[in-house]
Formats: sequence, C-alpha cells, structure tokens
Amino acid sequence: MNKTLVNRVALGVLWGAALLTVALLGAVLLYVFINGIRVISPTFIFTWPHGVNAEGGIWPTIVATVYVTGLAMLVSTPIAVLAAVYLAEYARQGRIVSTIRFAADSLASVPSIVMGLFGFALFVEAMHMGLSMISAALALSLLMLPIIMRATEEAIRAVPKYMRWGSYGLGATKWQTVSRIVLPAAAPRVVTGIVLAAGRAVGETAVVLYTMGQAVNLPVTPLDSGRPMTVHLYMLAVEGINLPAAFGTALLLIVLILGFNLTARWILRHYRKV
Amino acid sequence: MSEHETAPQKGTLQLVSRSTYVREMLLQSLFFLCAFMFVLVVALIFIFVGWKAWPIVTDYGLMQFVRGSVWSSGTGQFGILPLIAGSLIVTLGALALGTPLAVGTAVFLSDVASPRVRSLVRPAVELLAGVPSVVYGFFGIILLRSIVARFTGTLGFGAFTAWIVLAIMIVPTIAALSEDALRSIPEGIREASYAMGATQWQTIYKVVIPAAKIGIIDAIILGMGRAIGETMAVLMVVGNAPVLPKGIFAPLSTMTTQIVMDMPYAVGLHRTALFAMAAMLFIFSMLLVATVRLSSRLRYRA
Repeated sequence: MNKTLVNRVALGVLWGAALLTVALLGAVLLYVFINGIRVISPTFIFTWPHGVNAEGGIWPTIVATVYVTGLAMLVSTPIAVLAAVYLAEYARQGRIVSTIRFAADSLASVPSIVMGLFGFALFVEAMHMGLSMISAALALSLLMLPIIMRATEEAIRAVPKYMRWGSYGLGATKWQTVSRIVLPAAAPRVVTGIVLAAGRAVGETAVVLYTMGQAVNLPVTPLDSGRPMTVHLYMLAVEGINLPAAFGTALLLIVLILGFNLTARWILRHYRKV
Repeated sequence: MSEHETAPQKGTLQLVSRSTYVREMLLQSLFFLCAFMFVLVVALIFIFVGWKAWPIVTDYGLMQFVRGSVWSSGTGQFGILPLIAGSLIVTLGALALGTPLAVGTAVFLSDVASPRVRSLVRPAVELLAGVPSVVYGFFGIILLRSIVARFTGTLGFGAFTAWIVLAIMIVPTIAALSEDALRSIPEGIREASYAMGATQWQTIYKVVIPAAKIGIIDAIILGMGRAIGETMAVLMVVGNAPVLPKGIFAPLSTMTTQIVMDMPYAVGLHRTALFAMAAMLFIFSMLLVATVRLSSRLRYRA
C-alpha cells in the first residue's frame, strides 16, 4: 500500500482517539450538567435534607466535605512539605532515600478502600476516635501526603541554583536559605500541589465511607461524624429514590473539583516567579 | 540569630556558633523525620492490616481462602476465587478497551497535535482524571447501565458496564504517563527518521513508540493498578454477586467491592477475610510500583 495513504489513515486514527477521549469527558460533564443544573438553587445548597434524606437540600454534606478536606490539608501539608525539603535540599542519594521514595510511590498507589479499611481499624477502632471528621481527615491525609510531597519536591528542584549561592554568599545558613529564599520562590507550585491534593480529597469516597460515617449531621467539632457529598451521591444513586438530588450533588461535586483544578492552574500561571 | 554565623559548609562548621549549629542539625533531623514518616506509614498499614488479617491463615487456611469458590458469610465459607476472577475480568477488560485509546491519545498529543490543539486536549485529559470515581459510577449506573440493559435484555449490571466505566477512568492515567514517556524521546531521532524519507506514521510506529516502549508499559502497569484498586465506580455497576461470573452481562463482585458491601456487618472470621483481601490488594499494588521502579532504573542504565 501507498505509504502516504497509510500515513493519512493512521494519523486520522490518532485524531479519532484524541477526539473520542475529549468527547467522553464532554459526555460525562454535559450529562451531569444538563440534568443537575435544574436542581441547583440556593435552597438546594443551603438547606437540610428531609424525608428519608432524599428531599430538600444537601447543606450538611457540603460542610462535612469542606470540613474534612480542610482538616486533612492541615495535617498533611506540613509533613509533606518538610519531607520534600529534606529530599530536595538535604538528602544524599542512598538506600534510605530510595526507600523513602518507594514508600511514597506505594502510598500514592494504595487502593482507596484499603486506606479506608486501615483508617477504620486504626483511627476509628484502635484509637477510639469513632466515626468522625478527624478519623476521616487522618485517613485522607495519608492519601494526600505523596501528592503534595511530589509537587513540592519538583517545585524546590525548579528553583535555580544561583539563588541559593547568592544566599550562602551573604553568609546565610542552610535553613535560612531554604526558608527565606527557596520556599518563597517555590511557593506557587507548592500551593498548586496542595490545591490539587485537596481536589483529590474532595472526590474521595471509599476512604471516608467507613471513617466518617454515613448519617447526615452538621459537624462542629473534629470528633463529630457526618456524611460527605460523595457518600451522599453514592447513597442516592444506589437507592435511586431521588435522582434529581443525586444529579444536583454530582454537579456541585464536579463544580467544586473543577474549581480546585482551575484555581491550581491560575496560581501556576499568575504567580510563577521563577 | 547572632551576627557571626556563616554558611555551614563541609569542614567549615566550626565557623558557625554552637547554637546555630545545634539548631540547624535539629531542623535537619525534623525534616528527615517527616520524610521517614512515609516509610513508617507504609509499614504501619502493612503491619496493621496484616495483623488483622492473620487469623485467616491460622484459623481458616490460606489454601481454602485463596482457592475456595464459595463466598458466603451465612455458612462461614470465605473462598475468594470468585472475587479474584471478578477483579481480573473487570481489570483486563478495561485495560483492553482503555489502553489503545489512551496510547493513541498520548501519541496524538506528543507527535501529531499542533501546540494549539494540544493546549486544548491536554487540560481535558487532566480534567478527566480529576472527576471523582463516584461520579463515574453514577454516570455508569444511570446512563450506561440502562443502555446496556436495553440492548441485552438484562439488568445491565455486570462486567461489560464496568469495562466501559473503568476504561474511561484509566484513559487519563495511561495517556498522561505515556505522553511523558513519548516526549522524553529526543527530537533528533525523529528528524533522523524523516531524513531517511519516512512518513510521520512510519516515524511514530517504527521509531518513537519502540524508543518509548518501557515508559508506555510502565504507564499501562500503573493504569492496571488504578483499575484493580478502583472501588466506588465498579461497585455501582457490577451488580454485586460474589459468584463465578456467568458471562459479561451477569452480576459479579470484585475484591474491592466485596469489602465495601460486607464491611458494615462483618464480624469475626468474616471481617478477617475482608482484611486479608485488603492486604492482598495492598501487596499487589506495591508489587506493581516495584516493577515500574525497577524497569525505570533499567531504562536509565541502558
């Protein structure tokens, strides 16, 4: 066969693959959007569910999701950022560092239900925290650790060497250099990583299913239980009693996560100093 | 902070005041502790889940557990063969559907698309990765399931529906990682191929893809890890019946979905069995990660 013809057909197939991928994204988003937009209203967002949790709004689930995500960020960010500082600035290549990297990769690929089961057995039962925001946040933070650490390490490595030399040249210590020069320069990309990790946490279901509880409740203290948006959507979808509310919840969830993703992109584009 | 401190370079530490030196070392230990936390956490998960799962070996028998074909909490039989079969069928089918699409998209992004088109498609692929699994499951149970049901006369729950949902979910993972591998191939070898009179497709097929082969395989392995560990989306569309599946349109269960289904009421040996499955999933995902790390080490050495 003519090689120009083969070339054209093959490139056409590659175009087709890419278009199909984009079309799939479009289909999922559009389907949820069209069915969900009719449901979204201030009442839906800001009132409590009533009846068999199937009518009314979803306010407590939104609060639970934001609450647990914020808490998980507070737990995971300092550890992940400092760990990245160690790996990028202090560590010398060796067995310990490659073990740490292997552990981080493993942690990033733990199936979410395994993390959920572990969180249930350790935080909920063994440590007697019960089904609560703090149990769920701790389990979620384990999931966020490797994401934030990777982003931070890449950010730190992208800071040019001469900025450090300048600092050392002025007589600064290593910690002064890291804290006043390197981390501020890397900050936009670090924040981007944190925001993306938070987006992951918002969408996570299997981890929180057995660590936070499933009863609708407005959490106040970290020891309160609650039902996050993802679990609410799962329950509504499986029980099939109130599909409009399920579409509304799915749409809000997607909007929230899109918001996180777009914020991350925006930070990256507008605050990049390096 | 005293005035006379200097940079703590090797061999010059005596130039730094003692308090500064101590503080620097304490901070360094703190950072090391944070990094070592990753190892501790993985070890803790491993030990804790393993400890909870251990009675399955002592009280039930590993062979009976792995090779038994009946999963029934009522009769106290916990054979996970049907669940392993379910996980394998669902994962391999999703890989077969998703991989060509993902690799095609990756090649498109790295070699075919103009920068403008790429700047539109690449973010779309990344957003596809960000959509939560429960939303894919919802999409699957409401829309795909009813379409499958109409065409087959079944309820629409089963491996086939799960294949489609999972395939959509692993495309962004495999595509993004494959694209990285393809873009790391130097432009020079593409130019050499064009200079020999090869067309763009011949260059892609005979030069670029073979050069990026290991990276693409790594991407597929990680996609496989994602698929086998995926829980919520699969849970919502497979129909949840822990039996050896009777075809791709019949309900089945996977290891992950059975854990979610049974967890609320499992006690005693039943719970132990769930933890044992979690331990197996954890070990399997670690093996996949180890494989990828090993192969990338080989790649850089070559």
